[in-house]
Amino acid sequence: MGAYLKKRGWMIGFILLAVVFPFLSQNDYFLHVLTLAFIWMIAVYGLNLLAGYTGYLSLAHAGFFAIGAYALGLLTVKAGLNYWIALVLACVITSAIGFVVGLVALRTREHFFAIYTLCVGYIIYLVIDKWDSLTGGVRGLIGIPAPTAIGPISFETPLSQYYLILFFLLATILIMYRIIHSLTGRTFIAIRNSEDLAQTIGISTMKNKLLVFVLSTFFAGLAGALYASFIRFIGPDIGYITIIFDFLTYLLVGGLGTLAGPIVGTFLIVSVSQSLQFLQDYRMLIFGPLLTILIIFYPRGIAGAYLDFRMKRQARKKKSVPSKQTSYVQQSQEDEEKRVKEG
Amino acid sequence: MFIETRQLTKKFGGLVAVNEVDFTIEKGKINAIIGPNGAGKSTFFNLVSGSYTPSSGQVFYKGKDITKLPPNKIATLGVARTFQTTNLFEQSTVLDNVIVGHRLRTRSNLLDAVLRTKRYKLEEKKCRDKAMEVLDFVELTHVRGELAVNISQEEKKRVAFALALATDPEVVFLDEPTAGINPGETEGLAALMEKMVKRGITVCLIEHKMKMIMKLADKIMVLNYGEKIAEGTSEEIMNNQAVIEAYLGGDASA
Repeated sequence: MGAYLKKRGWMIGFILLAVVFPFLSQNDYFLHVLTLAFIWMIAVYGLNLLAGYTGYLSLAHAGFFAIGAYALGLLTVKAGLNYWIALVLACVITSAIGFVVGLVALRTREHFFAIYTLCVGYIIYLVIDKWDSLTGGVRGLIGIPAPTAIGPISFETPLSQYYLILFFLLATILIMYRIIHSLTGRTFIAIRNSEDLAQTIGISTMKNKLLVFVLSTFFAGLAGALYASFIRFIGPDIGYITIIFDFLTYLLVGGLGTLAGPIVGTFLIVSVSQSLQFLQDYRMLIFGPLLTILIIFYPRGIAGAYLDFRMKRQARKKKSVPSKQTSYVQQSQEDEEKRVKEG
Repeated sequence: MFIETRQLTKKFGGLVAVNEVDFTIEKGKINAIIGPNGAGKSTFFNLVSGSYTPSSGQVFYKGKDITKLPPNKIATLGVARTFQTTNLFEQSTVLDNVIVGHRLRTRSNLLDAVLRTKRYKLEEKKCRDKAMEVLDFVELTHVRGELAVNISQEEKKRVAFALALATDPEVVFLDEPTAGINPGETEGLAALMEKMVKRGITVCLIEHKMKMIMKLADKIMVLNYGEKIAEGTSEEIMNNQAVIEAYLGGDASA
């Protein structure tokens, strides 16, 4: 049990804090900001699976976020569908479009992939912006309903929405944890590591990359759909390039390819950015250099830096007791712990 | 015939990297490909393992034409390979690096992983056991918990072997397995290759260290400018005029 706590300590701490927070602070504004941050986190987790674990940096995810949001908005407002059906459909639609885009985009690699997806993202934005008859263009889409009640639980108050979105975030984290710590996750990491090598050990790279891409757009779509029902109004701006660079900043600061990264990065940037509101756009004068320094010295972000620190400390400990006999069980337990930390 | 190439040719634009090479790899033996730098050895490997598609010619594996198959399909058939540079995931442990090697023999998918089904648990264990087994085979059990970044160059080579072996191959292609390591360690790796053959795994390697090859290989092919100039046992190769010329340059009569 002790080891269990130690292994997942940060996770349990986060969950407790997130669940208790509304009782600690009665401030509706904080609750609103935090709920929004949770939505970003879901999208950043999606991006992390693709960019962090598989090595494909997609810049189209703001576009998929917007597709999710608009799908939900249009299905509820114009088609009058039930909220939950619309939510499922929004995710399915986003994934389907992700599948088609992925088929083409994944034929490119590295910089070319980033540039290609950047263009795709921009095209999605343009389509939303210009297709006036469907999306309402720059006027946006208003009157998106809040999630409809499930039995006795309604989602009208900010507090209930907070918990609803927290629930989705925790589900996302659980799914990510299980994917990453599985053979499927190892397959993705093998692709990031070296695609040629992955192929020669029998991994169908295209199939796996497409799977990650679709999954990752699924989470972007889910985040978008939640955003739409939380803010109740959406405009084409949510698909704009600045959004994807926000996601990317959250991910880079938190730690690319780490499980804690999206939470740490998003929370940190959102809260710092809130407390620097008075500086308006000059905030970027602080963020820019900070981000540059972070990337130079800690390419795996804050979570990555922490993991490296722990690893080094452990290596030093090991050296000081060189002839420590470990039984098979102990060793495999240690293996297990390392495996978890690596994620 | 175990593995056979027929008139295998690869052209890069105007450059003929491999030119009409006929070669057979014999089952249960150590087969070696040697030749000066740029002779097309690695290209030949890439053609056989499916990384490149030949411009013309064919590759047969156990009588089956595998010329057009992608590398992952060829791997599933039992052909494994290593690369000149060892690509390990350095932030991860040795054991973790090897576990994924057995992935191609498993069927569990994303849903199994998310729901942690029985099949997933069984296969996760199967892969872990396989990794343990091959790490034991390459004598790396003691470093399995180390991070890949902390192990020596020779150990990295062994991990690469282990990764290839984890795919349950019938033949392993090793691209310069002893490049960049010292003579003592080279002998250790040579012994490992012999151990693989004893286990029934056919070995085919590219090498530059002549002394070692002449001692180790049962069959040698010499490439020069993409063409096969000699083939045979080490004695035959050592006394072959064309080979001596290729290595010593032109006039070898002196």
